[in-house]
Amino acid sequence: MKQSEIFIAFLTIIRREIRRFMRIWPQTLLPPAITMTLYFAIFGNLIGERIGKMGGFSYMEYIVPGLIMMSIITNSYSNVSSSFFSAKFQHSIQELLVSPTPNWVVLMGYVLGGVARGLFVGLIVTLLSLFFTHLQVQNLFVTIIVVILTSVLFSLGGFVNAIFAKSFDDVSIVPTFILVPLTYLGGVFYSIDLLPDVWQQLSLLNPVLYMVNAFRFGILGVSDISVGWAMFIIMSFIVVLFSYSLYLLNRGQGIRN
Amino acid sequence: MTHAIEISDLKKRYESGFEALKGINLTVEKGDFFALLGPNGAGKSTTIGILCSLVNKTGGKVSIFGVDIDEDFATAKKYLGVVPQEFNFNVFETVFNIVVTQAGFYGISRDVAAERAEKYLKQLELWDKKDTPSRMLSGGMKRRLMIARALIHEPQVLILDEPTAGVDIELRRSMWEFIKKLNEQGTTIILTTHYLEEAEQLCRNIAIINRGEIVENTSVKSLLKTLNMETFIFDLDSKVESPFSIAGYPITFINDGHSFEVEIAKGQTINDVFVFLSEKGLNVISMRNKSNRLEELFVKLIKDKE
Repeated sequence: MKQSEIFIAFLTIIRREIRRFMRIWPQTLLPPAITMTLYFAIFGNLIGERIGKMGGFSYMEYIVPGLIMMSIITNSYSNVSSSFFSAKFQHSIQELLVSPTPNWVVLMGYVLGGVARGLFVGLIVTLLSLFFTHLQVQNLFVTIIVVILTSVLFSLGGFVNAIFAKSFDDVSIVPTFILVPLTYLGGVFYSIDLLPDVWQQLSLLNPVLYMVNAFRFGILGVSDISVGWAMFIIMSFIVVLFSYSLYLLNRGQGIRN
Repeated sequence: MTHAIEISDLKKRYESGFEALKGINLTVEKGDFFALLGPNGAGKSTTIGILCSLVNKTGGKVSIFGVDIDEDFATAKKYLGVVPQEFNFNVFETVFNIVVTQAGFYGISRDVAAERAEKYLKQLELWDKKDTPSRMLSGGMKRRLMIARALIHEPQVLILDEPTAGVDIELRRSMWEFIKKLNEQGTTIILTTHYLEEAEQLCRNIAIINRGEIVENTSVKSLLKTLNMETFIFDLDSKVESPFSIAGYPITFINDGHSFEVEIAKGQTINDVFVFLSEKGLNVISMRNKSNRLEELFVKLIKDKE
């Protein structure tokens, strides 16, 4: 395929992915808006006032970056996992397999679709958070880079999940039993300084911690860990997951006999 | 000379150990209307799956218009359009979006794709359904949608895997008229079907596959010439009161004596039967083949190999 043709194929996949999550907005865009509003109201407003300051900020200010990041992570992941799995389930993935679109373009198309939803939901949640607190972005560059890299990383995670999934249960098991606990334990609601030493060390094994903290640094200017180290961790995971996803696609894992 | 499809020593063994293809050789010429026939599980869909990249082969070579799929599958894929056996589109997408999106996967710009989508959807009588979600279409419409989608990149070879399964007679006829026109315009057609009369009427060349091996690969004409026996049904204008027999022509009475079947072997003529009936004063109101001739051969070839 010529470069221009590859670009058209790439845009086609992204357009289709965006069209998909916009078409089913009551399932994709509305739930995170409602859930996060409840988080802001209950944890931030009601309980947060009793908790007091954390990291030098009000509890509401402290959890907003974490909650925005949590929405981005969950939505990037589930967009790719559900879209790719349902293409497998309906066999419509064959439309791509019979075409000359290279596998790396297929992968990037799906990932960018996930990123688009992650960013869109992130924007909605950010706008909603402004009803509860003031956000003053301390480092716009770090904020944008972390958001994009995190959504890329979790879109790739969703892709690997969908490749191996054989039923819709398999698509929901990973988010429920792995992603949500990692996110909750990734410093969304607290600083790891509050934890006993052993749990602090264990928390450092959680990749979500690095993303939440890097993003919090971008917004509030505070972080439990070094932002440079966080970026390195995120980038490393992306390289590994991208290579693995491409390997699985080239092998035809779960999609070719 | 470059062939449309050239397959040599193609093998496929599934992870379960099942050997779906045992080293088949097959050539389809440019512009041909080619039938690939075989019972269920014979290896037809595996062969087609390998051609269009849905199945990984275990061994052998496949070239599409001279392009080896191991060397440049992307180019080879551009020559192919596939209409699979099962519906494989997103049921929530509209007809128009399904076709235009497929064009995008081939690197065709949206403007060109929209023009072609209009052309093929109109030809296949689906234009008025362009904004309908595909799940709302009837079975026949879904089949036509898959044909339009397969043609959107204007392939040189169109593979149709049992395209008329479950399609009513009228629609089947109009679908074949459309496919015949495509073939006349130069598109090579490869067809698998269970309706053998379709293969006999439409195809010039034929391959019969059974248990992963090609058991016959010739022209439909040559194949029919090998037929040794045909059964004809004669419908009479009145009931035969006393059953008769004709020397050398096995007869079976059916339809309460209003009709009979007679087997005509190679070298015999139907004239003998007519002469006999005339002498008896029996009038024939109609006559037809009992079954499709190709079907008889097909059954014989499959049985011979078992």
